[in-house]
This record gives sequence, structure tokens and C-alpha cells, in this order.
Amino acid sequence: MSQIAFPTPDPAILARADAIRTALRALLPRECVVTDEAGRRAFETDALTAYRRLPLAVILPRTTEEVATALRFCREQGVNIVPRGAGTSLAGGAVPQEDAIVIGLSKMNRVLEINYADRYARVEAGVTNLAISEAVGEKGFFYAPDPSSQLACTIGGNIAMNSGGAHCLKYGVTSNNLMGVRLVMFDGDILDLGGPALDADGLDFLGLVCGGEGQLGIVTEAYVRILPLAEGARPVLFGFDSAEDASRCVAAVIGAGIVPVAMEYMDRLAIEITENFAHAGYPLDVEAMLIIESEGSAPEIEAEQKRILDIARAHNVRVVKESMSAMESAQIWKGRKSAFGATGRIADYICMDGTVPTGQLPEALRRVAKICADEGLRVANVFHAGDGNMHPLILYNMNDPAEQEKAERAGARVLEMSVELGGCLTGEHGVGVEKRDLMSKQYTPQELAQQKSVRAVFDPDGRFNPAKVFPLTGRAA
Amino acid sequence: MNNTLSPADEREAAEIVRAAQAPFDIVGGATRPGLGRPRQGDPLSSAKLTGIVFHEPAEMTLRARAGTPLAEVEASLAKAGQMLPFEPLDPRALFASSGEPTVGGLVATAIPGPRRVSAGAVRDNVLGVRLVNGRGEIVSAGGRVMKNVTGLDLVKLMCGAQGTLGLITEATFKLLPAPPAEATVVIRRLDDARAVEAMARALSSPHGVSGAATIHAGMGREFPRTLLRVEGFPESVTYRAERLIALLADFGAKHALEGEDSKRIWRSIRDGAFLAEPRERAVWRASLKPSDAPAALAALGETARAALMDHGGGCLWFSTDPTPAAATAVRAALGRLNGHVHLIRAPEDLRAHADVFPPLSQALARLTRGVKASFDPEGRFNPGRMYAEI
Ligand SMILES: Cc1cc2nc3c(=O)[nH]c(=O)nc-3n(C[C@H](O)[C@H](O)[C@H](O)COP(=O)(O)OP(=O)(O)OC[C@H]3O[C@@H](n4cnc5c(N)ncnc54)[C@H](O)[C@@H]3O)c2cc1C
Repeated sequence: MSQIAFPTPDPAILARADAIRTALRALLPRECVVTDEAGRRAFETDALTAYRRLPLAVILPRTTEEVATALRFCREQGVNIVPRGAGTSLAGGAVPQEDAIVIGLSKMNRVLEINYADRYARVEAGVTNLAISEAVGEKGFFYAPDPSSQLACTIGGNIAMNSGGAHCLKYGVTSNNLMGVRLVMFDGDILDLGGPALDADGLDFLGLVCGGEGQLGIVTEAYVRILPLAEGARPVLFGFDSAEDASRCVAAVIGAGIVPVAMEYMDRLAIEITENFAHAGYPLDVEAMLIIESEGSAPEIEAEQKRILDIARAHNVRVVKESMSAMESAQIWKGRKSAFGATGRIADYICMDGTVPTGQLPEALRRVAKICADEGLRVANVFHAGDGNMHPLILYNMNDPAEQEKAERAGARVLEMSVELGGCLTGEHGVGVEKRDLMSKQYTPQELAQQKSVRAVFDPDGRFNPAKVFPLTGRAA
Repeated sequence: MNNTLSPADEREAAEIVRAAQAPFDIVGGATRPGLGRPRQGDPLSSAKLTGIVFHEPAEMTLRARAGTPLAEVEASLAKAGQMLPFEPLDPRALFASSGEPTVGGLVATAIPGPRRVSAGAVRDNVLGVRLVNGRGEIVSAGGRVMKNVTGLDLVKLMCGAQGTLGLITEATFKLLPAPPAEATVVIRRLDDARAVEAMARALSSPHGVSGAATIHAGMGREFPRTLLRVEGFPESVTYRAERLIALLADFGAKHALEGEDSKRIWRSIRDGAFLAEPRERAVWRASLKPSDAPAALAALGETARAALMDHGGGCLWFSTDPTPAAATAVRAALGRLNGHVHLIRAPEDLRAHADVFPPLSQALARLTRGVKASFDPEGRFNPGRMYAEI
């Protein structure tokens, strides 16, 4: 049985479901409204596939005005709203409910403006993360945050989750690269926050919306920074015989004043799974591997990698493998970015996302191994080591309810551990439904109340993504 | 307005706030006395909330209590060869103040320095904040790790809120290694349009430009100077400075300042020091689309005298007569270009009557009031500091 509780759908809304669907079809163009069951089925879950709920209806607007019309309608009808991008959330952020309408941004997928002189792009929320980099790549620019799901996930979803990626160590996460949004509020009002200027005075509402998990309004457009591509980049693989050595090496690199553009960690199981799938040339006989990428001109890369190599040697590195060509580099990154997908081919998994202070990485890895062993489950670790953002992938079988329960229990213990070690529940995937009930491990009741009251300023009726982010206890189910 | 309250720790601060009957004027190092709308309320000081809680060089993080002097933080960072990435402004030149800027004041006022273009603003480099809200509750937001998306990001809200949402008691910063070397390519005599073009070209290059500013004639030199900074390990700095000079040869780029000469000029840009004199003039800072900067300066015309462009043109510093007429002219000129204009320094009567921060639309005013009320329902902290009646 599923562990995460969903509130009982509002029977009054369910009773009016057909009437609501009929009204929607009259309100919006045909192609924007999905009401048949087969069509709605496609929106019943996201990447947290253990949880599925068939939504009341799905709206796929083409313009900001249509989003506003939809939101005014939902408000009149008292219907809950689940904004949706590509549905790749690992936290169940886009999982709907039977009494909620999904508003999907997938039809709003245009790049509206590229301004190289001022180094920004204005895009619709449904554009994919990678499409932005592709649109500006020919002029030598890119959009920096690079979640592994970048081929599919949308900028709107990235903004809602404040997503990160492997290269965030140097370039920051979504919030550091976001300049403005067009936000449709609960009452259908359209509000622009920020814009083509780097900074806006006044309270930082843009900073709130970013990472607001779709609970403050629907983002329909965004201004994002585009940055010049480095002259070159080269990843190097470092293989170690112990997790301890690898994680101490990470701390030592940073301690030496070097901030490589990426430092990724993979353990033996993760390497094995990924190598079988992607043939990236990873060493199979090591306990832990770091992918450390340096950027710049050839001599700069050379100099930085020499410094890193000296440090790695001091930490008993056994295998060092430099990428010799652009193709090899691409292969190395393809491997890393397909790690989740490759894991999904051999088992069901839940992906934890807690961050710990980097000094605690060796301890955290030990504890993760123990927690999963206690439950008799396998775990693969693949994560952003430079910033301590761990991703233990706990393998289980979804069709075995007892095992699912074990996996979720192990996951919860891993996250509690992250908080105990001075870190947090989620570094980039968001709270969603998945970690909702753990929030009280990280925050006091006053702190949660403070966050909720800020949220209520934006969404007084609590219609956007209800039953997410904040624990259910203490509020009407 | 006389007996300053100076809590010894966070818990006492919370008690004071819970017991309060009247509003507070939060005081840090008192180095930015003229920032914001006029002060009212009983002084509530962070003077005893001091000390670095931890500095973890290998994690690139530092946590300090709000009253900790910035100098103490910087001394600890210097020992580890690290720095606060965002180049915090030292307000003492502009405000002719003495005393020590504090961690709390820095976060609350959040004015980004020249490195904004490469390392982000203050809000991008604060990982966590602890505060006492208007109900006298202690609230921790964010944390100490580099990546954290757990719950609503209240840290961002606290940055730049001018102390209107709560008393900051502690802040945790993300750090960067201090670059062992830097160089600044100098181009002389570009007009505003050409200067913005040169800065854009530099910022669009792969050479990691970490400062792009233009200082008008009459501020230290009789001709305008466009400055482009690169930082890092020595061999890399030399290489990139050469590349930039080659890239900008058609603008007349020839040489670069190094070491202390480079550092000194960026300190002056960071602090608005070129605008410090004459003392009686009002000083403004505007954020706008970089390519709009020449039009903005043209629209300001004679109203603005000394001016400098930072952030490749995206940030303007200028001074005007300290009069309501000048203030109106500034807002009119920059409002048309959607610039965000902040009156940084002015006599108290001007700050009482002219908008210090960009005036709010109806929708933004509703959100601002709502968020203020959610933190501080009784209006205890820095009333009216940003907007009259909020
Ligand atoms: C294989 C795989 C790898 C991944 N790797 C990473 C990674 O490296 N880093 C990382 O950070 N994440 C990663 N993720 C997680 C996920 O891709 C991100 O959270 C992503 O940002 C979600 O985008 P989406 O468009 O799919 O949003 P959805 O899943 O559709 O929605 C996510 C949340 O955003 C809200 N939302 C969506 N669009 C809007 C909008 N326009 N306005 C308001 N709210 C909105 C939704 O309600 C929901 O709460 C990965 C996921 C998978 C499956």
C-alpha cells in the first residue's frame, strides 16, 4: 500500500465533474481541453510513478490569456489546480488529484526573444531546458542550469523546483540564472516580476516564485540569463578504492581554492549500471569515481587539471582517465546524465535528494549504505559532490508492496540523516508530495507557519498544488 | 528615540520583540544612516549579536551573527584565501560614516557589487538566515548547504528587505576562493554607446569577465574610462587579459592595470566612492537593461552629473541636486525605460517626500503589504523604511 496520504477528493466537486468538464469545453478552444478518460490518463502521474491520480480535466493553454481564463474559471468553480510542465518531477510535484484540474504548459513552448547584447532570452514556460541552449548555441551562448532531464523538462518546471544540475557548482541553480517571470495569479491577474534588468528593487518576489513549487501562481513566460560558452571543457575520470578517499578528495580540491565547473560522484553500483547502458568508458573495478570537469582555454584546463591531479594522488587515486576528444567528453556526460534512466531499466527506484555539508560526505555515504542494508535493499549513489547534493537511488520492486514500504522507509531515514548532519531534505528536486510529511524534521511549527502564511498571500484559497510541500497534519483533509 | 535596546542573544531579542509596544528602528553598524526612508522607532541594535559561528573553508561556507563586523568576517576569509563573492559595498565613503558595517546590514540592504556579472548578487550568495519576526518567533530560513530547495525560499525575501520583515540574527554565506591575481583592461574615451558595446562584447566573450564598468570624464580623469576585469590564477589572468585586449583592439584597448592598481579602482566603483563628493548631492543607483544605459543617461541629461555605468551598463550610479524636482525628473527619465531606481543618499526631507524605492504597482503593493503582514503583523520593524505606510 502506498504510504503517502492523499486528501479525500471534494465530493461536491466530483458530483459536478461532468458539468465542470462541459463548461470548460465551452470556455476554451477544443484543442486546449482534455476531458476524455484516456486523454486524462496521460497526466495521472509524473516521475514519482508509484503515485497516480486521474485528474478531473486537463487544460493545455496556448497563451497567457488562456491561462488567466482557466484560473478565473477554477476560482469560480472552487476547483484545485495542478500546474504541469513535462511531468518529470521526482517528488510528485505534478501528481494531480481527482478533484483537480491540470494546467499543462506544453503548448507554450516558443523562444520569444533572444537578446545577445543584453545576454538574456525570453521564453514561454513550456519550452524545454535544452531548447534554450540549443537556440543560443550557434552564437556561442548557453543556458547554464543543466538538470539531467534537460531534454524533456520545461523551464516552468525548473523555475517551480529551482532545479540544478551538474554544472551548478560554477554557474548556480535556476534562481541564480532567472531574471524575470510573467506570473498568472490565483484570480487571473497577470503580474510581471523582474525583467531584462539584472536586479529589481523591492521585496524579492521573483526569488520566492523560484522554488515555490507552483504554489504561488502559474509561470507563463520567463527571462533567463544566457552566458558565453567557455573556450573549451574537459572532464577527467578519477577512480578510487574507497568512498572515503573520493569524498575527501572533493573537499581538498575546494579547500585548495579550485572550483571546477563540475564534480560528480558515482559509486560502484552506479558505475556498473550506467556503463552497461551508456558505454561511457567508466572504470569498472573501483569503489568510487569522480568526474571532474575543467573549463577554459587549453593551457588553463591543463593547469587546473594538474592541480587537481596532484590532490587526487594525495588521496590515493588509482585510475585516472582523461577525455581525449570532444566525443569522449560527450560520452562521459551522456553516461552521467543517463544514470537515472539506466537504473530505471534494471529496477524501480526512488531517488533521494538531500544535501549535506561536503565535510560530512564520508559519514553520509556510510550511513546511507547502512540504512539500505538494514532494509535489505540495494542502493546506487550518483550525485553532485561539489555541493554535497546526494542522490542515493534506492532500488526496489514497485509490485511488491512490502518492498515499496521498505524503500520509502529507507528513503525517509536517509533524508532525516541529511538534516541531522546539518543539511536539508532536498537540494534540487523539491518537496512535492514525496517529502511533504518530513518537512517538520527540518522546520519548526513556527517556521512552517511563516512559510505557509507567505504562500497564502499569493494563493489565499490554497488552490495551487494543495496537499504538497507542507505536512497535511493540522489542516483540513 | 534614546535608550537603545541591545539584546545579548537571539532568545533575548525574541523576548524584546514579544514584549514590544512600539516600532523598532533596527541598527547594525550605523554605517548607512541615510539609506531608505527616514528612520522611526526605538533603536534595536545587533551590537551584541556578534561572532563568527563557523567558517568551513573546504565547504566554502561561513556563518556569522548579524552584528559581526564585516572586517572580522573578511579577516577570517583572508586567512583561508577566500572571499564573499558579491563584493559587499563599504558604505562609509558615500555616507561619510564611521563605525563598522555589519553582516546584518549587508544582507538587509543587499547592494550588489561589480562582481554581480559573474558571481551574482547578495541574494545569490546567502545560503541561510535566522531572524526574529514581528511575533517574536525565531525563524530559520535556508541553511548552510550550497543547494537547498526545501520549502519556500524566505532567504531571498530577507535580502534587500531593509529590515522591514524581521531582525536578522545570523546569516550564512557561500564563499569563493579569492583570486590570486587580477587584471583590468582599460579603454579610454569611449562615448556611452560605444562603451556599452565594448562591455557587451567583453561580457559575451569566454574570458570570464568579472567586472565591466565605465567611469565618466571628470571622475578622477578628464576622459571616460571603460574597465574590464579578469581574475584567477596568474597564468590564466595574463592569458585572458591579452585575449580581451585583442578582442577589443578596435575600441582602442591597449593595456591592463594589475594587482593593487586594479583592486583600488574596483573598490571605488563598488563603494560609489566617485560620487561621495560633493556631500550635499543626492546619489542614485539604477538597474536596467544594459543596452538602454546610453538612452537613460541621455534622458537624464543635465539632471545627472557625475555618472558611472557598472554591470556592463546594467547598473547606473549618478548624482543629482537634492531636490524634489530632480527626483521627479529622474523617475520620469528612467521610468520610461523600466529602470529600477533606488535613491541611495539624500537629505532626510527629500527621502521623506520622494520615492526612495521604485513606486509599487497596485498588484505589487498588495503582495508587499501581505508579505509584510505575514512576518510583522503589528508593523514592528523599520516602519515606512521602504514605502510610506508599509
Ligand atoms: C531522469 C531524471 C533526471 C532528473 N535530473 C534532475 C537534475 O539533474 N536536477 C534537477 O534539479 N532535477 C532533476 N530531475 C527532476 C525534474 O526534471 C525537475 O524537477 C524539473 O524541473 C521538472 O520540470 P517539468 O517541466 O517536468 O515539471 P513538472 O514535473 O511537470 O512539474 C514540476 C513542478 O512544477 C510545477 N510547475 C510546472 N510548470 C509550472 C509553471 N509553468 N508554473 C508554475 N508551476 C509549474 C508543477 O506543479 C510541479 O509542482 C530529474 C528528473 C528525471 C526524471
